[in-house]
Amino acid sequence: MSKQSVELEILRYDPERDEAPHFQSYTVPYREDWVVLDAVNYVKEELDRTLSYRWSCHMAVCGSCGMVVDGEPVLACHAFLRDYPDRIRIEPLHNFPVERDLVVVIDDFIDKLGSVKPYLVPKEEKDVEEGEYLQKPPELATFMQYTACINCLLCYSACPQYALDESFVGPAALALAHRYNLDSRDVGRGAREDVVASNPGVWQCSFVGACSEVCPKSVDPAAAIQQAKIAASGDYFLNLLTPWKRK
Amino acid sequence: MSRRPYRREVSKTGWWLTHPRYIRYLLREVSCIFIGAYAVAVIVALWRLSQGRAAFDAYMASSHDTASFAFAVLAMLFALYHTYTWFQVTPKAMPLVFAGKRVPGAVIVLGHWAGFIVASAIFWFLMAG
Amino acid sequence: MVRSHKPVVWGLFAAGGTVAAFLVPVMILFTCFAVPLGLLPADALSYDRVLDLLSQPFSRLATFGVLFLVIWHAAHRLRITAHDVGIRADSLVAIACYGIAAAATLLMLLVLPGL
Repeated sequence: MSKQSVELEILRYDPERDEAPHFQSYTVPYREDWVVLDAVNYVKEELDRTLSYRWSCHMAVCGSCGMVVDGEPVLACHAFLRDYPDRIRIEPLHNFPVERDLVVVIDDFIDKLGSVKPYLVPKEEKDVEEGEYLQKPPELATFMQYTACINCLLCYSACPQYALDESFVGPAALALAHRYNLDSRDVGRGAREDVVASNPGVWQCSFVGACSEVCPKSVDPAAAIQQAKIAASGDYFLNLLTPWKRK
Repeated sequence: MSRRPYRREVSKTGWWLTHPRYIRYLLREVSCIFIGAYAVAVIVALWRLSQGRAAFDAYMASSHDTASFAFAVLAMLFALYHTYTWFQVTPKAMPLVFAGKRVPGAVIVLGHWAGFIVASAIFWFLMAG
Repeated sequence: MVRSHKPVVWGLFAAGGTVAAFLVPVMILFTCFAVPLGLLPADALSYDRVLDLLSQPFSRLATFGVLFLVIWHAAHRLRITAHDVGIRADSLVAIACYGIAAAATLLMLLVLPGL
């Protein structure tokens, strides 16, 4: 007999009414082609209008619908009901304060993202009339995968170092810093180094690798951070030997 | 509407029990205890060596009891796990590009295992020779 | 934020981890299992034989180099592991871990040249 319905256990939290978050169960229809997001949308539309959560594109490019489903951080639009048992536990992303229901406060990440200067710092500013900053395909290839980050924060949810110490700059921010450091058009590595090469920067990472395992865009932030450690170490010893050239 | 964000507590000692990938991580990290203890044991053996035949023989004899053997087995298992996990992450830290193409991680890992066999063979040949 | 001094210990950690990955298994095999399993004669690790193996300065240098890197790798990883299981006093843990590594290093420096 094929499955007719699934039970969702969703963590609810109303800051004005609840002391603490608590699970609430809902029975939703099972559809072969539904993702967890479809099931959650069904809850909101048909069963409980008070449920709050973020979502937008429903196609794993906007990064809005990150949640923890049966203990694993996933994009709700990317997790098919058919891959889960009859009862599914849904919680907000770990390691972020819970605003309400499945909505988390991501201000900490936004601050950290800004702190790594995630924009091109060119050698010389060019006016638009002077044309583009040129780059060859192999130069693009070196940093291409790190451009794929959609800021979904699944990596922060999975990262135990961020859980243990929230001062950690974190996988996505550091991977993005690395993306710009690798970009041949950019000379901003020195400007980013104070954040990247600080103790809460790459040095907080112990290469657990959970971030890369959960990343839906195969950014591989763990690899980015290890490469950044090597670069930071190189700069450190270079600065020791040639302090007048301090980057 | 008043905001009152809720911080869910995470066990600082037991967080790693919540998922197999964290257990594997901690197992990898804990390998250093056995590797470090083994290195210390070797250093102590060198120290005993410097103290003369009697001291060295006594130390080597004491290393043949059951507890020492059990430790040696554990140390070997953890050392191999360290090797396995270390080789696994090396391609990530040092991506290789050859003839314009990214060398697949599996190739780098295989190369490391080949190097492991070579290094072990050289060591054995030098020490057992 | 201030740039960290971690590269110093991390460099040792990375070098030591690489050396450990390639050599510690065969070392354990040689020192702990070769004789009991009959892979080598009973006198392979006797007092005379070990002294003979270490008679060359190069052997002592290599021995020091390998053990030095392995011990500092283990020390740093142990420090991180302590943090991972919730021990917050990082400075104390660091002093303890690197202190043991330093003591072991000193012992080798005192013992090896005289062999």
